[in-house]
Amino acid sequence: MNFQFSEEAEALRDEARKFLAAESGREKARAVMNGDATHDAALWSRIAELGWTGLRIPEAHGGLGLSVLELCVLAEEVGRALSPVPFTSSVLMATELLMASGHEATQAAWLPKLADGSAIGTVAWMEGDATRPDGTPKLSCSGDRLTGAKLPVADGLAADFAIVTARGEAGALVIALVDLSATGVSRSACDTVDLVRKSAKIVFSDAPCTVLARADEAERLRARHLQGTAVLLAFEGLGSADAAMEMAVDYAKERVAFGRRIGGYQAVKHRCADMYIKNQLARSHAYYGAWALLTGAPELALAAAGARVAAIDALQFAAEENVQLHGGIGFTWESDCQFFYRRGRLLALNLGSRTFWSDQLVRALEQRNTDLAA
Amino acid sequence: MDFEDTAEEAAYRTAVREWLAANAAEYKTPYEGDVDLVVRGKAWQAKKYAAGYVGITWPKALGGQGGTPMQQIIFNQEESKYWVPAGIYAIGLGMCIPTVFTHGRPEIIQRYVPVAMKGEEIWCQLFSEPAAGSDLAGIRTKAERDGDGWVINGQKVWTSGAHRADYGIIVTRTDPTQPKHKGLTMFIINMRAPGVEVRPIKQMAGASEFNEVFFTDVRIADDHRLGDVGDGWRVSLTTLMNERLAVGGKPTNSPDAHSLIELARAIDAEEGNMLEQSHVRQKIADVYIQDRGISLTRMRTMSAISSGRTPGPESSISKVVVAKLMQDMGSFAGDMAESAGLLVGEDASSLPHLDALRQGYFWSAGLRIAGGTDEILRNIIAERVLGLPGDIRPDKSVPFNELHKVVS
Repeated sequence: MNFQFSEEAEALRDEARKFLAAESGREKARAVMNGDATHDAALWSRIAELGWTGLRIPEAHGGLGLSVLELCVLAEEVGRALSPVPFTSSVLMATELLMASGHEATQAAWLPKLADGSAIGTVAWMEGDATRPDGTPKLSCSGDRLTGAKLPVADGLAADFAIVTARGEAGALVIALVDLSATGVSRSACDTVDLVRKSAKIVFSDAPCTVLARADEAERLRARHLQGTAVLLAFEGLGSADAAMEMAVDYAKERVAFGRRIGGYQAVKHRCADMYIKNQLARSHAYYGAWALLTGAPELALAAAGARVAAIDALQFAAEENVQLHGGIGFTWESDCQFFYRRGRLLALNLGSRTFWSDQLVRALEQRNTDLAA
Repeated sequence: MDFEDTAEEAAYRTAVREWLAANAAEYKTPYEGDVDLVVRGKAWQAKKYAAGYVGITWPKALGGQGGTPMQQIIFNQEESKYWVPAGIYAIGLGMCIPTVFTHGRPEIIQRYVPVAMKGEEIWCQLFSEPAAGSDLAGIRTKAERDGDGWVINGQKVWTSGAHRADYGIIVTRTDPTQPKHKGLTMFIINMRAPGVEVRPIKQMAGASEFNEVFFTDVRIADDHRLGDVGDGWRVSLTTLMNERLAVGGKPTNSPDAHSLIELARAIDAEEGNMLEQSHVRQKIADVYIQDRGISLTRMRTMSAISSGRTPGPESSISKVVVAKLMQDMGSFAGDMAESAGLLVGEDASSLPHLDALRQGYFWSAGLRIAGGTDEILRNIIAERVLGLPGDIRPDKSVPFNELHKVVS
């Protein structure tokens, strides 16, 4: 039984936490929220220098070639710091999807740039209406040309390329990579609930793309991407949830009302205990997801859905109760509470909702029953 | 990351499996019959003792095996695949005997520990009283010096298994002029001694697993004292630490998310069956997150134990999650079953798992209280894990016999 991270991965966590505590305090997130920049470019280049952008990319393409476990650790730490950089979009999503695609020419073109941080990628699947992650997109792909729109696209203004889902011939799914500097691509800012992770609306008018996968192959790639990303985002959400809980607990230890620290009142401390409980459940499910992702176990569908649902629950609860325990000050623009409150909504929806993933979870349980019976 | 045993653990597990296959065949299925639980339990315990599967982690000097916590965990995992009658020893060997060998005199340890390990004597834990549950240090049962011994008067309650116990550990008040935590002393008491009266309590769910126990001028020799006079609180913490290890997980074979799936599939909805309803799927996902989350959390703890690290505080969430979960699953199952959720006994529905889920609903109401209430467990997480301030305790430094002055 070795259901824990290796000493090497824990050492990376310590290093990442120290670096982000020093270089990525929440004032950095606030600066991006209040400013015009798409992200904190200086912080992003420091992160690239540390090798985090190429953590999983093979050494042949200029990366470090480390395992998905190390990536889980970094996802958690970046989530904890709420770092205003395109780590989730580019490293957790676009890089992973590109590597999973097996499209060697495109990998050779982009992976070295992703590794050294000179290129930023994103994944665009939402189309503004009630898009489900497993639905058929409206963006159309004819040959190697795209027409239609995607929104919101996280980090879509900062990104150099986007990997999109589209509708190909006879309604078959297409997954394609678009260079966002190409003719026929126009981008504008798109406001979302999360003010730190800036999003874009991207309109494609007969824009050229490289098709990475079509039809059944694209369906398999998308399903695998959803499961892998569910695990990685669970770690990100877990980091944010722990940070929100710590913020609430710290405040409860300081704030005085009726002659004592409010953390001494059971109505307050039990709420904090409930945050701890949800965060620990989420951590255990996230570890299970990491194990399944690392080993390619058949339990991945179940483990990924469990990790995602538990992480959504933990972050949303911690974010809501963090505001509540702060009282009026927590409801102000100046308070950091809003970062978690907003990030909780973003992470609850940016890969399909809790309803979608609960359904995936029960499907996986049913499938396991069928497998056991057979 | 992996879920595999180390080579040593695997070898131990193989040996345990082989031994169980050879010795526990009769417990492969649940027992249906009238044979006395104590008779069956004693037979099984004697077998385990002879084979070296009792006191696996205890020192060899005590008759234990000097083994690792992982070996104990592995034995428990394998044993729980059978319907063995081991329950009557859970409190004695899980809580009382560790307290006896930690705080008792050598000749007392020699007298009681080996016999208890063989299963020849059964133990109970006499802590809670009518006026002292969560606030255990508020107990009133008196122990007074009398020559070279002690005389006990008072009452305990919620004492599981007292009706079949031969001995118990009892926490008493020896000095009411001290603040409540300081005037306590722990003893071993003979449950067959004159002046001990056990009255079963019928529980809400119908069974009678626990009791009231009355003590009228019961004599105890001083060598049966555990720890120093006035040190009973510290001694009782040994017991409670072990209690939190013992009371915690869900019983083996109790309902889980799969039970709800099978039940939902068996109930017709307006279209199709209940499993196709979105709200049902949401609820099953909730159940899975908590139930599987606790078993995965236990694996994190076990990993730490297996690799010789100190486990984190994460295992403290187990009982508070599991008890309420059992309750929620029971009410949800009843709701899905509509009118069938009302029936008990002969007319009960044949819907799969419904009866077990209903039983869980009633049983969980007790589990949320036993071994630390939901409220106390949340206090422990908040105070010891998160470092939040303790509750206001106006009685903390007041002599016990003057407490009425500070009660608001």
